[in-house]
Amino acid sequence: MSEVKKIATRESYGNALVEVGKEYENLVVLDADLAAATKTGIFKKAFPERHIDCGIAECNMTGIAAGLATTGKIPFISSFAMFAAGRNFEQVRNSIGYPHLNVKIGATHAGISVGEDGASHQCNEDIALMRTIPGMVVVCPSDDVETKAAVRAAVEHEGPVYLRFGRLAVPVINDRPDYKFELGKGVVLREGKDLTIIATGLPVAECLAAADMLAKDGVNAKVINIHTIKPLDTELVVAAAKETGKVVTVEEHSIIGGLGGAVCETLSEQAPTPVLRIGMNDKFGESGAAVPLLHKYGLDAEGIYNKIKAWI
Amino acid sequence: MNKLELQKTANEIRKGIVTAVHSAKAGHPGGSLSATEVFTYLYFEEMNIDPKDPKKPDRDRFVLSKGHTAPGLYSTLAHRGYFPVEDLTTLRKLGSYLQGHPSMQYIPGVDMSSGSLGQGISAACGMALSAKLSNESYRVYTLLGDGEIQEGQVWEAAMFAGARKLDNLVVIVDNNGLQIDGRIEDVCSPYPIDKKFEAFNFHVINVADGNDFDQLKAAFDEARATKGMPTAIIMKTVKGKDVSFMENNVAWHGTAPNDEQYAIAMADLEKVGEALCQK
Repeated sequence: MSEVKKIATRESYGNALVEVGKEYENLVVLDADLAAATKTGIFKKAFPERHIDCGIAECNMTGIAAGLATTGKIPFISSFAMFAAGRNFEQVRNSIGYPHLNVKIGATHAGISVGEDGASHQCNEDIALMRTIPGMVVVCPSDDVETKAAVRAAVEHEGPVYLRFGRLAVPVINDRPDYKFELGKGVVLREGKDLTIIATGLPVAECLAAADMLAKDGVNAKVINIHTIKPLDTELVVAAAKETGKVVTVEEHSIIGGLGGAVCETLSEQAPTPVLRIGMNDKFGESGAAVPLLHKYGLDAEGIYNKIKAWI
Repeated sequence: MNKLELQKTANEIRKGIVTAVHSAKAGHPGGSLSATEVFTYLYFEEMNIDPKDPKKPDRDRFVLSKGHTAPGLYSTLAHRGYFPVEDLTTLRKLGSYLQGHPSMQYIPGVDMSSGSLGQGISAACGMALSAKLSNESYRVYTLLGDGEIQEGQVWEAAMFAGARKLDNLVVIVDNNGLQIDGRIEDVCSPYPIDKKFEAFNFHVINVADGNDFDQLKAAFDEARATKGMPTAIIMKTVKGKDVSFMENNVAWHGTAPNDEQYAIAMADLEKVGEALCQK
């Protein structure tokens, strides 16, 4: 078997900013002393005059971006998800969301795969926070290909977008010629009739592996990649629920308020269906290397497989 | 406009403030009245703006960081011709575009939505930075309350403005001395305000009477001439200015006058207006 190419979506984000930045001269990137970690340092190297380091002051950075956006700039603000969405929630809500300003929030180091830094830096609440803001688009790409497409789509979209990226290198799963990214449109990665696995971000690749394991047991799972959690592709979610009768959601986020919450809200109104939510079970994470952490909290292929087997 | 014209305009703007808040049965008259001269000076003298083209790209910008004093901004914008003065009585009412706090999406002339304290100054820094990045010459003004500067984000923004030498930015602090819970020095003293901004690498101008147009003119002229650093104008004002029972009375921070009080307030303002006509 050939080696699978792996790259962290934060790195893809930094690369994508440079690519898109070549076309959009009004694209500017703001950091809060984390350019090396968020990988926007790649953009800084390419366009030093369009990179603004605001120092360790995320709330001010958010307001600066809002002001820049009122004058026609397209600002990307970057920090760890904990600060970009958490510390900053009210600034994002009032200075960006309410005036519907064209600011893009590139949040890296989301979820427990942050690893060694521990629970203080492992944000499992950002999707829930961001998707409650009216007019906010929430995107969580699963790999390098999707991240690059998502950054471009975010720039082409007029209005605020929250982009969620990870620290851990993840396999490239979308490098096929017919891959097409459209905001708000889910992607069926695998057909199956017994149940539907709906995943976002890093666990998408794990779900494909879990589906292979289930297939060996005679369970055929449909796998849907929901890169855009808001607006949710409700048509696809409802159709899949009706088709397979069971739905499993998988995310590197709290099972409260994130993808699982969004899917349950839709299905309970439009097509009541039993749903198993896999994610962080209302718990904080802990320090450790990312891969063993994902294993401990059941977010790798084996954990996802085991939870689904126990449920069906 | 000469000084007398500015004074007469401010008097009309004050009537608009009191009328709007009375009609809304809610709102913030005290800090709107303390800042009326600075609103008037900015929109009738200082800023490069065009009410017929509220979004013209090279306009000067104003961010009302102390967004609760929206009645002051709205009355000024209305009297400057951005929208009809009659609309002021729709303030805070269902269906009106005159939201309780400034909204750039709905209100002509509002450059930034605000109301959550401490955030407007950051947006103003972003606008000033944008002008620097694009080599544009517009200037940016932002008005803060003296209570508002208790918010930590104000000092994040001040550090940024100083570090970036945003000399196209003027931060104005309306030092009327009162916040909802009482005197600012009793609640959590922000004094000395001037030394704080100096420490953040601002050129600081203390204005002894921020309700006096001559002193405001001198301050804004000095700010315009200041290069290489942002300017902070710390102006002493009278909260509730020109309405007898509201002056320096914290109870009128966020309370609307009833019908009887409204009549007294308007009579007070008429008297001020008449005195100006004698000049």
